[in-house]
Amino acid sequence: MTTSTPLDQALLYPSPLKEFWSAFSQNKGAVAGLGFMILMVFCALFAPWIAPYSPSEQFRDALLTPPAWLEGGQWQFLLGTDEVGRDLLSRLIHGARLSLLIGLASVLLSLIPGILLGLLAGFFPHLLGPSIMRLMDVMLALPSLLLAVAIVAILGPGLINTIFAIAIVSLPSYVRLTRAAVMGELNRDYVTAARLAGASLPRLMFITVLPNCMAPLIVQATLSFSSAILDAAALGFLGLGVQPPIPEWGTMLASARDYIERAWWVVTLPGLAILLSVLAINLMGDGLRDALDPKLKNAT
Amino acid sequence: MLSFIARRLGLLIPTFFGITLLTFALIRMIPGDPVEVMMGERRVDPQMHAEAMERLGLNKPLYAQYIDYISQLARGDLGESLRTRTPVWDEFTTLFPATLELTLAALLFAGSLGLIAGVIAALKRGSLFDHGVMGISLAGYSMPIFWWGLLLIMCFSVWLGWTPVSGRIDLLYDIPPVTGFMLIDTLLSDEQGAFADALHHLILPAIVLGTIPLAVIARMTRSAMLEVLREDYIRTARAKGLSPARVVFVHGLRNALIPVLTVFGLQIGALLAGAVLTETIFSWPGIGKWLIESIGARDYPVVQNGILLIACLVILVNFVVDILYGLANPRIRHQK
Repeated sequence: MTTSTPLDQALLYPSPLKEFWSAFSQNKGAVAGLGFMILMVFCALFAPWIAPYSPSEQFRDALLTPPAWLEGGQWQFLLGTDEVGRDLLSRLIHGARLSLLIGLASVLLSLIPGILLGLLAGFFPHLLGPSIMRLMDVMLALPSLLLAVAIVAILGPGLINTIFAIAIVSLPSYVRLTRAAVMGELNRDYVTAARLAGASLPRLMFITVLPNCMAPLIVQATLSFSSAILDAAALGFLGLGVQPPIPEWGTMLASARDYIERAWWVVTLPGLAILLSVLAINLMGDGLRDALDPKLKNAT
Repeated sequence: MLSFIARRLGLLIPTFFGITLLTFALIRMIPGDPVEVMMGERRVDPQMHAEAMERLGLNKPLYAQYIDYISQLARGDLGESLRTRTPVWDEFTTLFPATLELTLAALLFAGSLGLIAGVIAALKRGSLFDHGVMGISLAGYSMPIFWWGLLLIMCFSVWLGWTPVSGRIDLLYDIPPVTGFMLIDTLLSDEQGAFADALHHLILPAIVLGTIPLAVIARMTRSAMLEVLREDYIRTARAKGLSPARVVFVHGLRNALIPVLTVFGLQIGALLAGAVLTETIFSWPGIGKWLIESIGARDYPVVQNGILLIACLVILVNFVVDILYGLANPRIRHQK
């Protein structure tokens, strides 16, 4: 028998990346979210070159200038200026940098210890597991924003402490998810096989089991990215987060409160930036969940 | 059922001690010297410093300090505010009704509107209304509520002048606090128009605080309804010739309510956190605003035990929700 006929491309199993994309792109909202995120990442990476001015440069003769398309607006300040004459567009673009930084740093800072603790809790279900889980229950007893407020009350306000507070707050969900996924995998035949073949504990943990637990963790990471941005903005708004004059969106809103009666743009635009970025990430998270974890597809 | 309650109670105790550890650590992990921080000045006179350390028990070993703290709590002594010199417990109990009133109003708003929107969206699946509800609820779920509050103030208070900007009631009225709930107190007093004024003050904060729960409840109701409507007993009910309203509300919604109620309960913790933001925006004199102001003023006894009280409240509410859920759903009750 000859097998010289070329393989029919359509019969080949699609590459994982292609398969992922075809599932992800079915969700139009997710693609829109991804688009907005790409824009935001671009702004964050190239902020000093895209932003028309420095975020702290004050134009003393142009205080509270309305956006350019309104009466009294100037085209040099596209989205207007704030109470000390700083260009709002430049501050928003630089704010994207901070929000993404806080989101990324806090997700990494909670994902890595969260996975470690979850693996330990899953692999040692008798002594270590229950004590880790009890500790996580304590942390879950407080609503996340309140816990973050408590932590910042201890550590003091500021960028780094905001990141730590948010990382600590989102730790329990990673631990729980990892542990649940690990417990599900541990009884599978392939794990037993690896054990019998003499795989060491670290190898079992990180190379055999962990890769099979990643799907829910990736979805959770996206969702906690959006809540990190939201919580950071809330802390900034309460005066407990990033301090002025750093252009963090929540902090900008806090100082804009006094101008609510005469300058709607300083109040509206930073909040709109928060809403759109959180919405975009949540939409993306939905798409990721559909694509990575078909079991969860119809769960809310 | 009793063993179910006992099991849940058993889980409460370590959680409670965990929270006390957190609040205990809180005051001891403040960077710098605690006495200097609390007195708000540097280089305190050494003798006064030593006295303050002695009075606060900060010179003992940590475990002894923790035991002191727990026995103090057991005696019901939550310390007193550094600013007002009133006991923390008294401050909490005077301010808490305001937060409770706001939270209940928000839940009422979110629950009623969320259920209606969710049911209609499920019945008209795929329609414009359905897509609208889902889109709006996704936006509501992502909403930074502190901004949402500012927007509503800008529209309804500043531009339209329909609602007041802040507080619980106009300063013109002098309402004696009987229950602590402004709506009830204004009804009890015989001041003309006070009730309407209190209601006016409550509307915007309740909407702001209720927005995220509203989004969650609407989504949850829709998906629970969709699932229930596929069940055989719904088809049976229809086949028996029951009126559509009866099928939807008695046979459908009642069964869809179980998951919705859980979400409802889970939202209460989130509501208390949201209350911190909402009260700050609307200058609502509740425990959220109290806590934030105390942090700003470095009033550590209030911060410490205020957080403890709020945490206990959340634990308690979650406990009650758990028990109710166990009552409603035997499958949960018998789960190990």
